[in-house]
Amino acid sequence: MSSQAADEQRPAVLESAAAARGTLVLEAAGLTKDFRLGRGQILHAVRDVSIRLYRGAVVALVGESGSGKSTAARMLAGQEHPSAGTIRLNDQLVELSGRRAFRRYKSEVQLVFQDPFASLNPAHTVRHHIERPLRLHRGQLSKDELWKQAAALMDQVRLTPAENFLAKYPHELSGGQRQRVSFARALAANPSVLLADEPVSMLDVSIRLEMLALLDDLRQRFQLALLYITHDIASARYFADEILVMYAGQVVERGPAEDVTQQPAHPYSQLLVSSAPDPDNLGAALRNGTGRDGRQPGSAGSPPENACQFSARCPLAIDRCRAEAPPLLQISSSRAAACWRLDAAAPSLYAGGEGGGNVTS
Amino acid sequence: MTTDLGDPVPVPGAGGGRFAGEPVLSIRDLSVAYRTMAGDVRAVDRVSMDLNPGEIVGLVGESGSGKSTLAYGATRLLRAPAVITGGSVQYQGRRMDTPVDVLQLSNSQLAGLRWREIAIVFQSAMNALNPVMSVRNQLTDVIRAHLRLPLRAATEKAAGLLDMVGIPRSRLHSYPHELSGGMRQRIMIAMALATDPEVVIMDEPTTALDVVVQREILGQILELKERLGFAILFITHDLSLLLELADRIAVMYAGQLMEIGTAAEIHHEPSHPYTKRLLHSFPALRGPRKDLTGIPGTPPDLHSPPPGCPFLPRCTEGTDACSRIEVRLSRVTSSADPEHLTACPFVLPDRPDAAASGSAVSVRPSTEELTT
Repeated sequence: MSSQAADEQRPAVLESAAAARGTLVLEAAGLTKDFRLGRGQILHAVRDVSIRLYRGAVVALVGESGSGKSTAARMLAGQEHPSAGTIRLNDQLVELSGRRAFRRYKSEVQLVFQDPFASLNPAHTVRHHIERPLRLHRGQLSKDELWKQAAALMDQVRLTPAENFLAKYPHELSGGQRQRVSFARALAANPSVLLADEPVSMLDVSIRLEMLALLDDLRQRFQLALLYITHDIASARYFADEILVMYAGQVVERGPAEDVTQQPAHPYSQLLVSSAPDPDNLGAALRNGTGRDGRQPGSAGSPPENACQFSARCPLAIDRCRAEAPPLLQISSSRAAACWRLDAAAPSLYAGGEGGGNVTS
Repeated sequence: MTTDLGDPVPVPGAGGGRFAGEPVLSIRDLSVAYRTMAGDVRAVDRVSMDLNPGEIVGLVGESGSGKSTLAYGATRLLRAPAVITGGSVQYQGRRMDTPVDVLQLSNSQLAGLRWREIAIVFQSAMNALNPVMSVRNQLTDVIRAHLRLPLRAATEKAAGLLDMVGIPRSRLHSYPHELSGGMRQRIMIAMALATDPEVVIMDEPTTALDVVVQREILGQILELKERLGFAILFITHDLSLLLELADRIAVMYAGQLMEIGTAAEIHHEPSHPYTKRLLHSFPALRGPRKDLTGIPGTPPDLHSPPPGCPFLPRCTEGTDACSRIEVRLSRVTSSADPEHLTACPFVLPDRPDAAASGSAVSVRPSTEELTT
């Protein structure tokens, strides 16, 4: 029974599907970011998000535009100060006061941006883009050594022959090649954590797979802990170990990638999955108008602060959803969803569960 | 020995089928080149295709494959250094007595055709709206220019258009930055439909949007198409989307058509190796996990295209003979549909019974004939 399950105050730590791959590197707990909009309005961009990244594993953050996934990544990258919550790197509390601390953190945690057309400086060569982080993060290097390391990085991202590509300017490169430069630049710091914010969504479909394969290869070779941010849940299925589904700043569901994509529990995850193109359906779902409700969170008529943020768009919403925001409720040892109506939304999963419980992560 | 090579190449879509009647737009042997200091770049190379009334034809290809250039060439929206170097584009609308060749029209005739008959929803519609004009002014501008309505009637029509795409009328006074990406895209669609055109060209209309909004907008496009009966040329690089949305799909590579067929044919019996590789390029959300290969390599430099089939350098099934063929569409012999065409004469059909099928006339030259 759903209500009973929630009333049990028995916080348990949820296992991560990514934990099997390696050791915990980056742990964010209760990350929250509020933006003041003026006139006393506050935008809750990220609410109480907990993410754990493990070496050699991929965690995907999936959600629509405006769901707060990029803000969460920027906080993890140390580029945005959380309104609340903590970040621990290798079990050390991260305090980003001062340039030195920031630089030390950056040498461990790197961010790759979405748009390779905007993230490279058009006035500088590829060499400049690669050598600068090398100089910043790898200490004093001789000119020769610098060149050698830059060339080695180009090899890693398969931009060969390296000397040709190092001499080029961004406008001489294709989108895929530019994104490879972005990867090489991030790797120059020799990080243990890579945060990739929609790294392939600006690229052609035929190139996307190649880039994801490259990213996966780099993950393996450098034992990187990867956060993969995307709105394409199908690519997360193939690429990630664990998926976190975000809606209106909140993680509404988390669990092993295959489970979440094949049997989504939260009504929003279900909407996301049913919105993906389905070639086998040949338009049937489109013509039936599945999921035709354009109300975005934060638009007029959005639910009050303490309600489930999805309740306005949710076909299963009951009074309780509009009055009380559900916490993440455990479904299995490694899965949880924030929904009061799990009994109706995912009866097969729910019946199998041990009654669930409030989880902290 | 005589071959069937001399027969006229069947024209995709000409047979009617589900969409009986004259095609509303028929593109024949259209070629577009970009004039550069280093010589011509053949961006579109002798492409022929038809668009029937009420039909959705999907045009799919990688960036630089010429899909947008084809659409803009067919509507004469290209600017120098692009030049149309050959071909014809017949337009036959319900409101017209005789078909016209778009490529022969004078500028004033062209102005009457554009928007009224053929409208375009441009790529990155988020940025196609004027940031300093209200939605109302942008919509009434179009309506007044092309339908010559007085301001009051134009405003009324603009409000009706917003109703049509499910945006509250109060948004008429909004400026683009006050609207979400999905709303802006809907307004672009409303604007394209303002004059009740017969053909709407949509260039990556949902690429910048996330999946849920994309789905809503596609659903809306289908609904409007059913209601208003226009035909759509839908340009995208997302084949998985077209498989679901389009009636027919044309696959473009290096400025040429590689394959054309119904969505079901492209999905279940692809003939061209490029189409097959495209189908293995996107992760599927449903069904068992399959091995994804992508398409290693990059499209050819069209300054100096390789001889023969342009896909050969990336093709895993290519032979020496492929570098000597002239790319042309011919019937897929294994297909029951005479309009399922492929540019690859060599790859054996997937269906085992195909070789035995005597019903189809073979237009595939043998390797021997091609190499002599």
